[in-house]
Amino acid sequence: MTINIPTSEASGVLNLSRRSLLLGLGAGALVLAIGSPSALAQEKPTKYGGDAMEGGLKDDPRIFLSIGDDGTVTLLCNRAEMGQGVRTSWAMVVADELEADLARVTVLQAPGDETRFGNQNTDGSRSMRHHYEPLRRIGAAARQMLEQEAAARWNVAATEVKADNHEIVHAASGRRLGFGELADGAAKRAVPAQDTLAFKNPEQFRYIGRDKISLVDNFDITTGKAVYGMDVRVEGMAYAVVARPPVLGGKVRSVVDTETLKVPGVLKVVPIDAPGIPSAFQPLGGVAVVAENTFAAIKGRSLLKIEWDDGANGSYDSVEYRKTLETASTTKDGKVVRNDGDAYAALESATKRLDASYYIPHLAQAPMEPPTATARVTSDECEVWSSVQAPEAIRIDLSKRFNIPLEKVTVHTMLLGGGFGRKSKPDFASEAAILSRAMEGRPVKLVFTREDDIQHSFFHTVSVERLEAGLDADGKPVAWLHRTVAPSITSIFMPDPKHESQFELEMGAVDVPFAIPNIRIENPEAPAHTRIGWLRSVSNIPHAFAIQSFAAELAAAAGRDPKDYLLELIGSDRSAFENSPLAWNYGEDPKRYPFETARLRQVVERVAKEAGWGRSLPAGRGLGIAAHRSFVSYTAVVVEVAVEDGGAFTVPRVDIAFDCGPVINPDRVKSQLEGAVLQGISLATIGEITFKNGRTEQTNFDGYEVTRIDAAPKEIHVHLMESDYDKPLGGVGEPGLPPVAPALTNALFAATGKRIRALPIRDQLA
Amino acid sequence: MATFTINGSAHTFDGDPEMPLLWYLRDVAGMTGTKFGCGQALCGACTVHVEGTAVRSCQTLMGDIEGQAVVTIEGLSPDGMHPLQKAWRELNVAQCGYCQVGQIMQAVSLLNDTPNPTDADIDAAMSGNICRCGAYPRIRAAIKLAAGGA
Repeated sequence: MTINIPTSEASGVLNLSRRSLLLGLGAGALVLAIGSPSALAQEKPTKYGGDAMEGGLKDDPRIFLSIGDDGTVTLLCNRAEMGQGVRTSWAMVVADELEADLARVTVLQAPGDETRFGNQNTDGSRSMRHHYEPLRRIGAAARQMLEQEAAARWNVAATEVKADNHEIVHAASGRRLGFGELADGAAKRAVPAQDTLAFKNPEQFRYIGRDKISLVDNFDITTGKAVYGMDVRVEGMAYAVVARPPVLGGKVRSVVDTETLKVPGVLKVVPIDAPGIPSAFQPLGGVAVVAENTFAAIKGRSLLKIEWDDGANGSYDSVEYRKTLETASTTKDGKVVRNDGDAYAALESATKRLDASYYIPHLAQAPMEPPTATARVTSDECEVWSSVQAPEAIRIDLSKRFNIPLEKVTVHTMLLGGGFGRKSKPDFASEAAILSRAMEGRPVKLVFTREDDIQHSFFHTVSVERLEAGLDADGKPVAWLHRTVAPSITSIFMPDPKHESQFELEMGAVDVPFAIPNIRIENPEAPAHTRIGWLRSVSNIPHAFAIQSFAAELAAAAGRDPKDYLLELIGSDRSAFENSPLAWNYGEDPKRYPFETARLRQVVERVAKEAGWGRSLPAGRGLGIAAHRSFVSYTAVVVEVAVEDGGAFTVPRVDIAFDCGPVINPDRVKSQLEGAVLQGISLATIGEITFKNGRTEQTNFDGYEVTRIDAAPKEIHVHLMESDYDKPLGGVGEPGLPPVAPALTNALFAATGKRIRALPIRDQLA
Repeated sequence: MATFTINGSAHTFDGDPEMPLLWYLRDVAGMTGTKFGCGQALCGACTVHVEGTAVRSCQTLMGDIEGQAVVTIEGLSPDGMHPLQKAWRELNVAQCGYCQVGQIMQAVSLLNDTPNPTDADIDAAMSGNICRCGAYPRIRAAIKLAAGGA
């Protein structure tokens, strides 16, 4: 088996599957690979955070680190890189505690293997949140092994030596030895027990918290050498595309492939069975065309004559479905998912009642690299190269599918050209493997065209959020009634659950932190007619849009400043759910990660100050504000809009204040927030997937529009809140996104007096 | 039989003249720096230079390439030190990085025509290149940095 990935080493992606992980990293390299089993792994009494994840957390340096005799430190990154900068940030943490020179750290990508590496599912804004402490332990343990080795060679106490920039130094004698010279001996030492590890004080950090650290993949990305899943080349591989049923649950009724088989380069037409519904992460079935190059496969597919049997979802129609959701949102008998006091009675007795209904459509993740995988499947072995967020999910699927032991299924996680949740579902890798099997073991690269990607996403849910509030004579809210109606992600795993699951409800709806005595949240039924899936920040998008819009509507009704009113809704500094802890809380311990209203207040105050809230603006300009907690981080956004006569508008400036606890890599936190602002603007202004006759009406970036540079704000100001390093880390990748859309529509209201309640905005101001 | 050059090297092609240059580069020539994004000239990920002008390689057919000189990211600079590549690294423009090759190739073309572009010039020239990660503010800044320091 020859792998032709000529630039893979430069990209830090290596085939490690058949070698000892550490010994394989360089011929003659001395590695921290030998020794007794780790003393680091300790049973935790409670299971939260990374410990509660499948495979848990690993912190044995011998699994993740090697040091060559030239001193080169090699770190295996266990999480997929999809633009969040994890490969760089992980290297920063390990280099710091190891006291290594970051320039001499090489990052390679760990293959899928949760037994060996611990959890690898890169989603939920967890990669640094869960791994910061294990990474520090990895660095500190390896540093102490090097120190012990140096002390032994010099015959001095280990307490007399210390690591200093890739060397161990004995200050008293002035002796020093490089990491490379010590690695062999250090590798033979026992890994120190966790309670003997000494960590740096934050003031000693060289990399953690430092801004503008260059990305480890910068050179490869800017020179075209970076190897994404789409760029994998395996010797002898064929290329394939699949014609899939355009409707969920549809099947092929008949297919004629005569013209397809005449296309030069087309090798084979392969039917793929449609799955049962719910289909989880299974491929949708259809007809595959395998060819000698991607173009021949695409051309061959275009000449297939397929009749589809659409099945029960063939009538799915977004216009009609919106009416269904709206009707459900007006009925009183929805499942009650939170009930404080008596909201209905309080509404009856309120001085003033307001209600509003918000609509947030389906969206597709549409990462710039469409889904793709390359697979080689023989009778007893599978090997997959793919840009995936969850490599273990592929291993499990292929192991079951082909009845091959898990350890014989190798998945190489390549760089992801964006993920945003789409690449958590490995349907494309299953297809590649099915086709390699059909080609009798010839490797096959399966490519989603952009049309495939947009029509066969796992779509962000569609929802109607109806809110009603009662105000007292002072304009203070006394009752809050929220009906959230949206098909659930769990519909891909179970037959028609009809209700949002706890994790969806806790993405902003039932964890609304407002200081209102009577709060009732209801969740009427909503059947799913397409595949629903995660999209960056998930149900926080509709919930935050509705709640933060409605808060501004209440402020207007009360004749109050929206920022002041929002702060009053947030109320006094407290742990918002002290007496009835959130059931999910993003998987985190509610004691360690309470909902701290002070932190929400502080980001609101900070962003208002930085944005110059209250400043006088020319006609047509307006400021809007919104704030939200998600993924145990706190975000507040002020958007400034400039509206022209006729309703066209631009976003000249956005301020975003963010509290994720300690900031490890400030540059990447800022870039994630800049990106969240852009994706928030995109979904607020133009993003929408609609269905007619069960099919998406959009197929590419002409129909499914995304924000381009000409609509990007000229100024995005990111304000990171200060935090002590002993505080727990919050998520970063997702929590910037939810407040952007309501801040934008609140700004449009300030500028024009027109309230946008349905996304996308498009020309609603015209 | 079409004869043309890629990054100065001679190539010949006698396959399907409808094949887009994109797939020739990626699948036949094995040059994967040029990215597939949409296949319809809607996103700019596949941008290369033909006869010195930025084009979408997904809509440039092999049947039309006879005698033309193609430059891809692999041929932009022998050591990766084009001022735009340096500026991109200096400002950590990339997030996932997948679109950035196309962005850089488009920006090279912009600076060839307009050595000191304004924001409006940049927006006009670069609005055919989508970045889903939203690196646009840094793309603008990097183009200005490269223009100032070129």
